Amino acid sequence: MAIRERMSGNEAMAVAMKQINPDVVAAFPITPSTEVPQYFSTFVADGVVDTEFVAVESEHSALSACVGAQAAGGRAMTATSANGLALMWEILYIAACSRLPIVMACVNRTLSGPLNIHNDHSDSMGARDSGWIQLYSENNQEAYDNMLMANRIGEHPDVMLPVMVCQDGFITSHAIENLELLEDDKVKAFVGEYNPKEYLLNKENPISVGPLDLQAHCFEHKRQQAQAMMNAKKVILEVSAEFAKLTGRSYGLFEEYMTEDADVCMVVLNSTAGTAKYVVDQYRAAGKKVGLIKPRVFRPFPVDELTAALSKFKAIAVMDKADSFNAAGGPLFTEITSAMFGKGVVAPKVINYIYGLGGRDVRSGDLEIVFNKLLEIASTGKVDSVYNYLGVRE
Amino acid sequence: MSKKELKTVSNTVTWKEITEGGIMPYAGNAHLFKTGDWRSMKPIWLQEKCKQCLLCFPVCPDSSILVNEEGAMTGIDFDHCKGCGVCAKVCPFKAIDFVEEGK
Ligand code: SF4
Ligand code: SF4
Repeated sequence: MAIRERMSGNEAMAVAMKQINPDVVAAFPITPSTEVPQYFSTFVADGVVDTEFVAVESEHSALSACVGAQAAGGRAMTATSANGLALMWEILYIAACSRLPIVMACVNRTLSGPLNIHNDHSDSMGARDSGWIQLYSENNQEAYDNMLMANRIGEHPDVMLPVMVCQDGFITSHAIENLELLEDDKVKAFVGEYNPKEYLLNKENPISVGPLDLQAHCFEHKRQQAQAMMNAKKVILEVSAEFAKLTGRSYGLFEEYMTEDADVCMVVLNSTAGTAKYVVDQYRAAGKKVGLIKPRVFRPFPVDELTAALSKFKAIAVMDKADSFNAAGGPLFTEITSAMFGKGVVAPKVINYIYGLGGRDVRSGDLEIVFNKLLEIASTGKVDSVYNYLGVRE
Repeated sequence: MSKKELKTVSNTVTWKEITEGGIMPYAGNAHLFKTGDWRSMKPIWLQEKCKQCLLCFPVCPDSSILVNEEGAMTGIDFDHCKGCGVCAKVCPFKAIDFVEEGK
């Protein structure tokens, strides 16, 4: 029987880490992810995990310690947000290229500046080309579930890549919700042991990690890394299917909500999808054919599946809680539209909204503006503005 | 080094065969990376002046002073010598000349 509990998103992630019982956790506190290592350090102090907890002096060191631990042959985890993630930047790429399946709880927060501790996605979106798998979570349950699946995905022999599990800072990280936990023994059996093919502490077969890699070989390593990310999609689906059997909670590459006969669709990540579902329900009750797509997997980007799902709508609004400052649209928008163009899906009208920056509240009324615009575009076929801002004082 | 080992570090290895994550799974292959062509200056060993004091050997940053099993200096490994000139500077008997490459 699953365990019925109530806890914050941060505690849910920390409890997942406790059940995974990794060899090493190295982390440095930063709002709003601080509670994750804080809870975890109490598990260490109470002796309920076997983990070596490394209280480092910076996030750069946190991820470096994880790289060392994982390269040595252990399972390493960390947690961070915003500028902490930015300080890890150099090591993010090294972890990915060294094919070290570290798992990170990334509690999304605005990347300074201006200095702000609240939620948007400018931290993890900036890391989108670092070679990490990125899973996004709407609520505490999803944050917990994604954490439990992350090791299995990253450590798969066809993948061997680090995984970042994202959830919205404060909105879900600090909100207490009901959720279902798995029993410790079930988690242990599901996650299993980490048995890398090659590792530093293997005295039978000594290796060097991170050697100089020049013109003759670097490109081949990058190509191999790209293949790992391509392979990850299938592995994510397999692991998610196995997880669904265990828990009854099924996850795909993205969630479709009321999209079957919808004319218009909103695409939105993380917690705002919850608010959007409420608005969709209201509109459906009024007979308006609106739907929602919530990407769960942003890296690898599910080009084929997402474009196929989006091809049937008349109008689509892609919501970005991060600006690319490219004068052309946010990261989710530019990736979705270029994917659609590449696949020859050009019939739907697609617009972009930058929303909720710096933790600006996103209310149902804000999302109604978006759905109303989409319904107008669907009926007139006219788009007056592609790149828009939602909820900013004009 | 076996043929398989040689393959993984060769310049013809494909992305499908190359080691995962750039790890180096075999020891003792740094000599395969020839760095001699980085050199613009060149040490010339003058055997007749050499007193076999071996002071040049420990200072070479590239292990390019060749010493045989009897412990005698026998010359310079030009596949790896980068022409830094430290050996020439250190030699107390002026037994190493230091000249421009190609001259
Ligand atoms: S330092 Fe000079 S004399 Fe001594 S071994 Fe080297 S070349 Fe010969
Ligand atoms: S010039 Fe420098 S690299 Fe070459 S043999 Fe002398 S010490 Fe070694």
